[in-house]
Amino acid sequence: MTQAIEVTELNKYYGSYHALRDVDFAVAERERVVICGPSGSGKSTLIRCLNRLERHDSGAIRIRGIELGDDLRNIEEVRREAGMVFQHFNLFPHLSVLENCALPQILSRRTPRKEAEARARDYLDRVRILDQAAKFPGQLSGGQQQRAAIARALCMEPKIMLFDEPTSALDPEMISEVLETMVTLAEGGMTMVVVTHEMGFARRVADRVVYMEAGQIVETAPPDRFFDAPQDERSRRFLSKLVAV
Amino acid sequence: MTRSKSITSAAFPLRLVARLWGDRMSAVLTLVSIAILVALVPVFEWAILDAHWAVAAPADCRGGGACWAFIAAKLRLILFGLYPPEAQWRAILVIALILALVLLTLSPRLWGGRLMLVWSAGIAVMLVLMGGGIFGLSPVPTSKWGGLPVTLLLAVLSLGLAFPFAVILALGRRGSLPVVRGLSIFLIEIVRGLPLVGLLFVAAILLPLFLPADWTIDKLGRTLAALTVFAAAYLAEVIRGGLQGLPPGQVEAAQALGIPYWKAVWHIVLPQAIQKVIPPLTNTAIVMVKNTSLVLIVGVFDMLSAARSAATDPAWPAPSIEAYLFVAGIYFIICFGIARYSRHLETGIKSRSQS
Repeated sequence: MTQAIEVTELNKYYGSYHALRDVDFAVAERERVVICGPSGSGKSTLIRCLNRLERHDSGAIRIRGIELGDDLRNIEEVRREAGMVFQHFNLFPHLSVLENCALPQILSRRTPRKEAEARARDYLDRVRILDQAAKFPGQLSGGQQQRAAIARALCMEPKIMLFDEPTSALDPEMISEVLETMVTLAEGGMTMVVVTHEMGFARRVADRVVYMEAGQIVETAPPDRFFDAPQDERSRRFLSKLVAV
Repeated sequence: MTRSKSITSAAFPLRLVARLWGDRMSAVLTLVSIAILVALVPVFEWAILDAHWAVAAPADCRGGGACWAFIAAKLRLILFGLYPPEAQWRAILVIALILALVLLTLSPRLWGGRLMLVWSAGIAVMLVLMGGGIFGLSPVPTSKWGGLPVTLLLAVLSLGLAFPFAVILALGRRGSLPVVRGLSIFLIEIVRGLPLVGLLFVAAILLPLFLPADWTIDKLGRTLAALTVFAAAYLAEVIRGGLQGLPPGQVEAAQALGIPYWKAVWHIVLPQAIQKVIPPLTNTAIVMVKNTSLVLIVGVFDMLSAARSAATDPAWPAPSIEAYLFVAGIYFIICFGIARYSRHLETGIKSRSQS
């Protein structure tokens, strides 16, 4: 069976800074993986390599069997397979929420407008902000914006969802509504890779937790074992600094 | 505190006195204002009270105030230049068509590829109307074109044609390809470093000397090309400013959604970049409208040249002030309209970014 994501011996440099060091990483279909680690550990770089927002320097990335390299067609195909949710939402501020969800379908899959808008409404309803569809992103709360961004990514009907610190830019009272949306998505069987500091979410949803530090994967374990009996000295130190899970 | 309170609650005439003379600064400003108003009295007399609005013969305009009768008599020449009178309806139609297209473009909701098609078709119709030669319209060479249609056509076409070049130059200058970036910087800086008058001379006079003799590109066309190149360099820098203000997350989001590059530029990047630079964009548009008047130095008969030649009619006693004022009035209406419109756009954008 092919893995949803297969990363082997991945290396990435920013100038002389070695951001990812020989990273091996795999995610099975329908698996939920949470990546955590201190800032600068390379977790965001890794997830951004998975849909080629960052170019890797050596190693191989296969997304559902598609080799990610310089071939533009493969890059476009991978981006259709993998949706991404950003820390700062990155909604298009000049478009209404509905248009944010409809236009990308029209532009990248040539979906007819009627169909695109119907699908946009459907997903906005699923993240429970259909009543905000006519508003512009600037008129929504942070939590609503992030849910709209999730709907926008889902409208492309991806097989994999990548979350890059989806709740880090939110006010505390808005974090739970976004996490609820993500839990619902996980329950629906979506393959998910989530970079996050929300350890409660990791415990509840993740099949595996990946701990990164200094550009390397230090430890991979099911959440219960990772939180209750971390094997590596570095993950123990990281967990001890967190507020009780 | 108590003093200002008693003033504001006082009767209106008293409040007025306090406003105008209340302290030394107000008193000085009031005096200066009165002096300016007094100085304007002769201007008012000249322009309105003593003005000749209609005269039986040009000589009746001698002495006294402004000779607005001259404008009435020369209106055709000022607005249409040497355009044949029997075909004048075509020039009027062109002005109406430009105004209609501009009005249509005012609503941002209609912006897009379809509107550009409408504009292209409209401009083709205008060129046919002005030039004639087909559909039974008598041919009018561009050397006979003149006045307001030429001014409007030069302004609208130079800005419109410059825009795509400006976008490419701006993207090129910010891009990662060294050759493209170098070329963009070179072109922008060369054109910005040259005076428009110089560019116009090169296009109108020098260029034909270098081109093969059978290459007869029309002088009006060459002038338009010079204006376009000039506008493109300035617009490119304005648009680059807008691109710089765009958060990188916007392009990343478009990429992550698999939107192809040029579609992302057209639908995601440009609309936002342009929204950020409406004030300098307005500035460039206004400057370009007025810059079209410089074409008179290479002998293109725009509205200003037409007014100047109308003023040289020996039958009328020195009417050049009236002629220039009239043309200035038309320029002001156009430029003020652009300025008001840009403010209207900005308030529209503000209302969307706030709840």
